[in-house]
Amino acid sequence: MLPDPVRGGFGVPGPGKFVFRIPVCARDGAATHPRHRVVKELVYVTSAPVLALRGVSKRFGAVQVLTDVELEVHAGEVVALVGDNGAGKSTLVKTIAGVHPIDDGVIEWEGRSVSINRPQDAQHLGVATVYQDLALCDNLDVVNNLYLGRELKRRGTLDEVTMEQKAQELLSTLSIRIPSVRIPVASLSGGQRQVVAIARSLIGDPKVVILDEPTAALGVEQTAQVLDLVERLRERGLGVILISHNMVDVRAVADRVAVLRLGKNNGTFPVHGTTQETIIAAITGATDNAVTRRQSRTAEATK
Amino acid sequence: MSNNIDAPAPAVEQAIDPRLLVREQGFSGYISEFKRKIRGGELGSLPVIIGLIVIWAAFAASNGNFLSASNFEYIAYYMVGIGTLSIGLVFVLLLGEIDLSVGSVSGLSAAIFAVLSVTHGVNLWLATIAALATGAVIGAIHGFVFAKIGVPAFVVTLAGFLGWNGLMLWLLGDTGTINLPDTGLIHLFGGNSFFLNGDIAGAYILAGVGVAALLFSSLGEQGRRRSAKVPFRPTSEIVLRTVVLAIAAFGSAYVLNLHKGVPNNLVFFLAALIICDFVLRRTSYGRKIFAVGGNIEASRRAGINVAAIRISVYAISGFFAALGGLVISATISSANQGGSDPNNLMMAIAAAVIGGTSLFGGRGKVWSALLGMLVIESINAGLFMLGEAQSVQYMITGGVLLAAVVVDSLSRRTQKSSGRA
Ligand SMILES: Nc1ncnc2c1ncn2[C@@H]1O[C@H](COP(=O)(O)OP(=O)(O)OP(=O)(O)O)[C@@H](O)[C@H]1O
Ligand SMILES: [Mg+2]
Repeated sequence: MLPDPVRGGFGVPGPGKFVFRIPVCARDGAATHPRHRVVKELVYVTSAPVLALRGVSKRFGAVQVLTDVELEVHAGEVVALVGDNGAGKSTLVKTIAGVHPIDDGVIEWEGRSVSINRPQDAQHLGVATVYQDLALCDNLDVVNNLYLGRELKRRGTLDEVTMEQKAQELLSTLSIRIPSVRIPVASLSGGQRQVVAIARSLIGDPKVVILDEPTAALGVEQTAQVLDLVERLRERGLGVILISHNMVDVRAVADRVAVLRLGKNNGTFPVHGTTQETIIAAITGATDNAVTRRQSRTAEATK
Repeated sequence: MSNNIDAPAPAVEQAIDPRLLVREQGFSGYISEFKRKIRGGELGSLPVIIGLIVIWAAFAASNGNFLSASNFEYIAYYMVGIGTLSIGLVFVLLLGEIDLSVGSVSGLSAAIFAVLSVTHGVNLWLATIAALATGAVIGAIHGFVFAKIGVPAFVVTLAGFLGWNGLMLWLLGDTGTINLPDTGLIHLFGGNSFFLNGDIAGAYILAGVGVAALLFSSLGEQGRRRSAKVPFRPTSEIVLRTVVLAIAAFGSAYVLNLHKGVPNNLVFFLAALIICDFVLRRTSYGRKIFAVGGNIEASRRAGINVAAIRISVYAISGFFAALGGLVISATISSANQGGSDPNNLMMAIAAAVIGGTSLFGGRGKVWSALLGMLVIESINAGLFMLGEAQSVQYMITGGVLLAAVVVDSLSRRTQKSSGRA
């Protein structure tokens, strides 16, 4: 595709763009002299993923929960993370969110290696997480939970009015009915709590949103709203990691599906052009059953 | 607070759900909201206020002097010392933890103050600051061992309970008692110091300022909420609350004026309560304390530095313990070996719980310290008038504490079953 002179940018398909880059030769020594002009060249690069895991491992005591896991999320992309129960999906999410620091491997943020040791680190980078267990404070009301850790202030004190106003607007876009935003979340239904947790991840200005089974407790209408929301996040150029056991939901919104099996990568598939059977086979490890083993053995024998 | 649900027009179709907690306008709405809260186990200050009325009625029936101005003056004056310890304990209880060292720290603080100012002739205010700072540092040490090393708070502060008591005894030495001159902070906290020198106007000024502050802050908030189109308190409710406070405040002022006026230590106590209430309800620091008390892991994931909150809360508890120690020593004009009487600790915990702060964390108000101490000091004063021995006082206060804890546990259970815990 040709550069679009009107918009001043370059419309290209795929997650790449044209950038001005200092050629390698210029970077190595020659350009370090202040009087040398750095000559830039126009190149097409695949933009670095906003978040990338490289060889991430995590163990809890004797259990090796994650082994050399790779994962990439680009801006404006929805990556579904799927796998059986206990595959390590939630643990992976927690390593990104800073709840459990990684033992081995590298986490890259916009191409730079970063260390995420505390939830604050992830927050500062721009990672917002909806945990599977929701992580809400039952004694606090909905507004306080939404703004926990980043309260709005007015003259140094909490600005309850603005927080309440924004909370109501946010919740109404998720089409959830909550008796009052001023009652403790303990008195909400499971789905209402889940929507509160999801709404919470949208406060602040995240670049990557991680949703760990966000629709598990939701009704038909609310699930549709959350899937719409995921698409809106993608349109806004955010990276989204979506964990779900529901293949229909995954196929509806995801661009790529990353499969985790027993704490290891078991393939990454583009949603378009991959059948559901292939993904399910990767999840269950059906590619590694007695039949396939015999097939591969006979294949070897015939060579 | 849940009227005017219609506030923002939601983007999606939203027929009013019949189950929404829409409160009818006006007074009947207020009553039905109140009933709903009681049924849901949100008892608030109700049990303690009923308890207080029952206690006063019972003592008044058995001794005509109980309802005298001098007796109320006595209660108002003597509740401040332990009430101050109780303020610090409310912070700790909000975290769902306990601080068993406040009695010993209060005794130690009085001893440090006495030794510095009387024995070594250090400037009074310097000695005061040293005593208060010691309390805060001791509390921070407890908090550090608990938060960073992971020793249960119960054990850390139990060690403090013994250790700081020992240090106090060592500081006071053989004589065991150091008399304090009636100057400086000791004079202000002592029995001869009244607001505006006991002028009748003093008490009414305090009452008037308090009532006006409530009225104007409520109206201001109502206005801001109304213009932001979020639910607001109806005017009738604001008027009702203001009238109730006005009756309590001007009634107390009238009674205290019949005797000598408002003791200055009570003024300090009220000021401390107002400041702490503000910190807990209106600042993000206070919000973090409630969050940690509600769900530690969720707070951590929300980016709250749980260890810092814990350490600072124990430092606050130590500070108020030290302050309470100075108040107690001012009421007895000396620092002595009885300064760290374990009963002070028990009374302070009892006051917070009786006043309605939950032992389970995340629920409570600093005003519990005031309400709880009113109950305890009323019982003490009443039994003292009846000439009952200390033994009976302890048994009855123990019974009241048990009752308060039972109410706390039951209301928590009701809240759970009605989904509010
Ligand atoms: N804090 C922990 N301590 C010890 N082991 C843990 C811990 N958290 C998770 N595990 C173990 O790690 C493995 C992966 O758990 P994880 O919660 O990541 O699975 P999951 O893929 O999210 O499963 P599900 O689909 O059921 O949510 C499990 O075997 C679990 O027992
Ligand atoms: Mg999981």
